[in-house]
Amino acid sequence: MRLLTHNMLSSNIKGVANGFPLRIEVEKVVEKKVDLNADFLRNIFPKIEWKAFAEAARTLGYAELPEDADSSFLDSDDFLDKFHHALLELHLEEGALICPETGRRFPVNKGIPNMLLHEDEV
Amino acid sequence: MWYLCVFYHRLLDYRKAEVESLAELFRVFGDDDGDNKESSSLKWRLPQHHHPDSPFHFVNLPSEDFARNIANRSILVKGIYELWGEGSSYEELEESIRCYPDERKLPYLDSGSTFKITVDCFGKVISFQEQNDRIKGLAYIPFKGRANLRNPDHNFWLMETDDYGTNNGLPPVVQRRIFFGREVGGADRKLLPTYQLKSRTYLGPTAMDAEIAFLMANQALATPGKLVYDPFVGTGSILIAAAHFGAMTMGADIDIRVVRDGRGPDCNVWSNFKQYGLPMPIALLRADNNLPPWRPGLKEIFDAIICDPPYGVRAGGRKSGGRKLLKGTVDPYTVPDDKRTDHIPSTAAYSLVECVHDLLDLAARMIVMGGRLVFFYPVLREDDYVEDHHYPEHPCFKLIAASEQILSSRYSRVLLTMVKIGPYTEEIAEAAQLKHIEFRENHLKWLEDGNLHSAVFSPADPQIAAAGDSSLSREPKPKYRGKYV
Ligand SMILES: C[S@@+](CC[C@H](N)C(=O)[O-])C[C@H]1O[C@@H](n2cnc3c(N)ncnc32)[C@H](O)[C@@H]1O
Repeated sequence: MRLLTHNMLSSNIKGVANGFPLRIEVEKVVEKKVDLNADFLRNIFPKIEWKAFAEAARTLGYAELPEDADSSFLDSDDFLDKFHHALLELHLEEGALICPETGRRFPVNKGIPNMLLHEDEV
Repeated sequence: MWYLCVFYHRLLDYRKAEVESLAELFRVFGDDDGDNKESSSLKWRLPQHHHPDSPFHFVNLPSEDFARNIANRSILVKGIYELWGEGSSYEELEESIRCYPDERKLPYLDSGSTFKITVDCFGKVISFQEQNDRIKGLAYIPFKGRANLRNPDHNFWLMETDDYGTNNGLPPVVQRRIFFGREVGGADRKLLPTYQLKSRTYLGPTAMDAEIAFLMANQALATPGKLVYDPFVGTGSILIAAAHFGAMTMGADIDIRVVRDGRGPDCNVWSNFKQYGLPMPIALLRADNNLPPWRPGLKEIFDAIICDPPYGVRAGGRKSGGRKLLKGTVDPYTVPDDKRTDHIPSTAAYSLVECVHDLLDLAARMIVMGGRLVFFYPVLREDDYVEDHHYPEHPCFKLIAASEQILSSRYSRVLLTMVKIGPYTEEIAEAAQLKHIEFRENHLKWLEDGNLHSAVFSPADPQIAAAGDSSLSREPKPKYRGKYV
């Protein structure tokens, strides 16, 4: 699971008001290089909840992202590199996503977050 | 300028829709994202007396570059040609070619270039000898270059149509016509054997046929820098086509075995991408499209959603929240704590209506303005040839193409292409939420009377389904067979 995915997900258990951001429980992180696509990064940037993103990156052991960011940062190649790396090259291979309100664990196995709810959660 | 556009004679309903989508992809109508964009569409024309299902069409495109890009990216365009002449006899053809301006012809006839002439006859096979005779008959065109059959600079085509279809009681698709033109581009059908399902390592019963998957990716305008989502990803066959065209992909499925495990470490959704050297999906996750796990503020993030939703027995939709009683459960809806970790949530059947509602709602929220929703929708072919099917509608979307593919004498599936034209407002979100709750309450009722299609519809392998349905060939009055091809 990439951090882009983490930034998009929340706990949608019935009755949960603030299911975002999911806390990350790390068992195994892997890095996989992918080509940088600047257009894609620029398009996706406004959709990112930056604080949650920077925090998630730190949880995976990557502390190079600024605390805050606005679209003017996108002119910097250095920023794009870091944004790209954190967004798309870091993977939570094994671990879990934890609902901030209920503590419910959504397991991440072989890189696949399991977001399916139980019968009594819908 | 008008170009001759010749299609492969198959998937007839998909042909123009594909070219129109590619025209949009290559911005034939300019960069303008405003209102007038909607009104712009391609102009088409048929050769005289040709039936709309004829493989021969004329299409108006602003330049040869556009024509080439569209043709080369397409799946169903056999070729787009600069027409040098046409006629209903060889005399008429000669007359017409002679009249075509020299300044358009001479640059392609000069002595420094190589060329090839291909003779093609739609509706019948012609012998090598006949082909040679026909080429010799073109001696009045002053070819100065050398012939090169392998890798010519210029490809010329002499295309003839016969009175196709008259002898089997069906309306003729085309009337005899001869065309001569210079090829500008054509589909790269070599993709299809490369990506054919037979060669795919990880396959499921409803994996999408490669040709249709590419057509879906084209309808969705998949291209580098775009993000494409399939909420019913299965083995990933639709996203593979989108990734081939350079899009970033994301997929979800309710079935954890399919989306995570596959058949082992080298036989799963990831390995299908690896097999073709494609970039891996950005994400695969297990989620129920009835209760998508996207954070509340998130919207307009996907450029397109492409999918084959679960309608049917073999790939019947499931959703979370079934009432299957577990041993030791307190009441039907409470899962005891000791069962929680390995608990496989039981799932309830997911009716067609609800499935489509969820898909449209998700798409309305998550697709960017101008982005596309491309999905299959099943239809019952009630009586002979009803054209006015009712397709799902949504205030945020405009239907721009509906391409039918007949699966058997009773069922068709229609590929719907919709464009997002309106924002996902509070009111729309609220209405959708009410509907969602209503569905939940009426769930059993839906199962009883709203489930007609999904109980019987099995989208797998249309070719086999169609071929195996012997009633097709036994019908007393053969129906026009255009759409079967
Ligand atoms: C027709 S198949 C799509 C197959 C896919 N195109 C492929 O290439 O393998 C439908 C898929 O939807 C999944 N599905 C069924 N109900 C679902 C739901 N409520 N949410 C998400 N996925 C679901 C099924 O597990 C199945 O893989």
